[in-house]
Amino acid sequence: MTLKTRKITPYLYMLPVIIPVGLVYGYSLVRVFDFSMRRIRGITGVFIGLNNYKYVLQDPSFKSAVLNNLNLFILIPVLVFLAIVFSYLLFEHLKGWKIYRGSLFMPYILPIPVVGIIFGYMFTLHGVVNSFLRLIGLDFLAIDWLGDPKFALWTLMIIILWKELGFGIILFLARLMSMDYEIFESAEIDGAGWWGKLFYIVIPQMVSVIEFFTIITVINMLSWVFAYSYTVTLGGPGDATLVMELFIFNKLARSQMPRPGIASAASVLLFLGTTILIVFLFRIRKRIAQEEE
Amino acid sequence: MAQKIKQNRFFKYLFLILASVLCIYPLFWLITASLKTQEQYLESTLNLPWPLDFGNIIGAMQGGKFFLWFMNSGIITIGSVLFCTFASLVAAFAIVYMDFKGKQVILNSIISLMAVPIVVMIVPLYIFFARTHLMSTYPGVILIYAAICIPFSVYLMTSFFKTLPREIVEAAIVDGCGTFKILSKVLVPLSMPPVVTLIIVNALYVWNDLLIALIFLPKTEMRTLMVGITIFKSRFNLDVPLTMAGLLLISLPMILVYIIFQRFFVRGLTSGALKG
Repeated sequence: MTLKTRKITPYLYMLPVIIPVGLVYGYSLVRVFDFSMRRIRGITGVFIGLNNYKYVLQDPSFKSAVLNNLNLFILIPVLVFLAIVFSYLLFEHLKGWKIYRGSLFMPYILPIPVVGIIFGYMFTLHGVVNSFLRLIGLDFLAIDWLGDPKFALWTLMIIILWKELGFGIILFLARLMSMDYEIFESAEIDGAGWWGKLFYIVIPQMVSVIEFFTIITVINMLSWVFAYSYTVTLGGPGDATLVMELFIFNKLARSQMPRPGIASAASVLLFLGTTILIVFLFRIRKRIAQEEE
Repeated sequence: MAQKIKQNRFFKYLFLILASVLCIYPLFWLITASLKTQEQYLESTLNLPWPLDFGNIIGAMQGGKFFLWFMNSGIITIGSVLFCTFASLVAAFAIVYMDFKGKQVILNSIISLMAVPIVVMIVPLYIFFARTHLMSTYPGVILIYAAICIPFSVYLMTSFFKTLPREIVEAAIVDGCGTFKILSKVLVPLSMPPVVTLIIVNALYVWNDLLIALIFLPKTEMRTLMVGITIFKSRFNLDVPLTMAGLLLISLPMILVYIIFQRFFVRGLTSGALKG
């Protein structure tokens, strides 16, 4: 059933969405391709073909940025695994579970800049983390967490893990709670233990929500980590924690000589990379769905 | 057997408590660090503050324009969330209940924008904003934030409208309801759960965002809280207790809101994700 309206009415209803989306997404996505092939001075510039791309691909900073983004993918299995375990623990409704839930979810609502600055100080050489490690006799672990290029990206991952885990837990917990409780009872009667129930009931039932969370996290690790890198380390030391977003930001706004053309070329590469990855992920998803049928 | 269950239970509690402490500790540390003097802090970062020192809190209030930043963040967040909610409700209504050419194409393109990295748009928008004098203005950033929030919001509202029974709208037509009235008087009152989700998700994003605010609000008096605190930090970098006091000032209201409305946050953030 559809409403009978004048021909123009539906389009008028769409206008408040079309105008901002058309300008912010439509215009920009077209222009960024155009800009990526020009030497921009002011508002536009001469056409220089693929020179910006050549420059970006030869820039060692860009290479480190791409590698750092890809390294962040290590976090995905860790996030998924911990979120499953903790959501299942909360689901048992042990005494005080709401307090644990509240605490585990707290990091997720905090602004990244706040989190980034706090952890930035906690992980300094004489910061509270190292003081604690020395106190319990683990002096050898008291490393220069953010100052040493060998460790900086790993430390950034710890911070991201701390902040993003809550969302996974809450998402999985909501799925668990909508499940039929009888499955658990009959499994218990059959003598299934905690891990047995986790692997044979919980995880199979949560496949679609795990997949959803994985796709979101992939997108996040590629294109949603600017604020961590910017507030914790500014991409340093060297390029150890530089990510693609920060590379683009630096080329546009932070260097003495802004290079919008170069920033555009890097943007296009990031855009194409994300698109390919997402199409690929949805392919896998489709195949899994077909196999299940 | 009973022994084993007890032991299992012990480990479960141990894990939950340990994880909760790890999640809360940075906030606890933030509070302790901001109540120390610079000397106390340099002496030990781990100790509890004693005697308590409130000098940093006062110092932070004077050192940063928290009230101004708070107002800017508030205006921008409310503006973009209102705009986005209105626009997505109206558009989802047209998509689900009206027939028009190109509707499926429009819907699919809007939804696929959810995966586009925000940073891809900043160069063209930066140049466009510089040329049109939208830089450092409320309407300019509100437009950007609303546009970024729209794809998810339209997706959520269309999938919600599709779950509603058709009879509701049919009955309204029989009663002689006009097109816009069907939306405002019949559908909107039914849509409160997804609308709450939208408001929470979008407000959290806009309030907490750094990237857009950093680039499109370069004027000092237009800074948002997140930009303000980042600059505050680099100014007082060596005075850790003072920086922590600043962070405490800006996160305390949020933490209180979270504790009071925890139920809404949890339900709001998950229901939307699960419906899809």
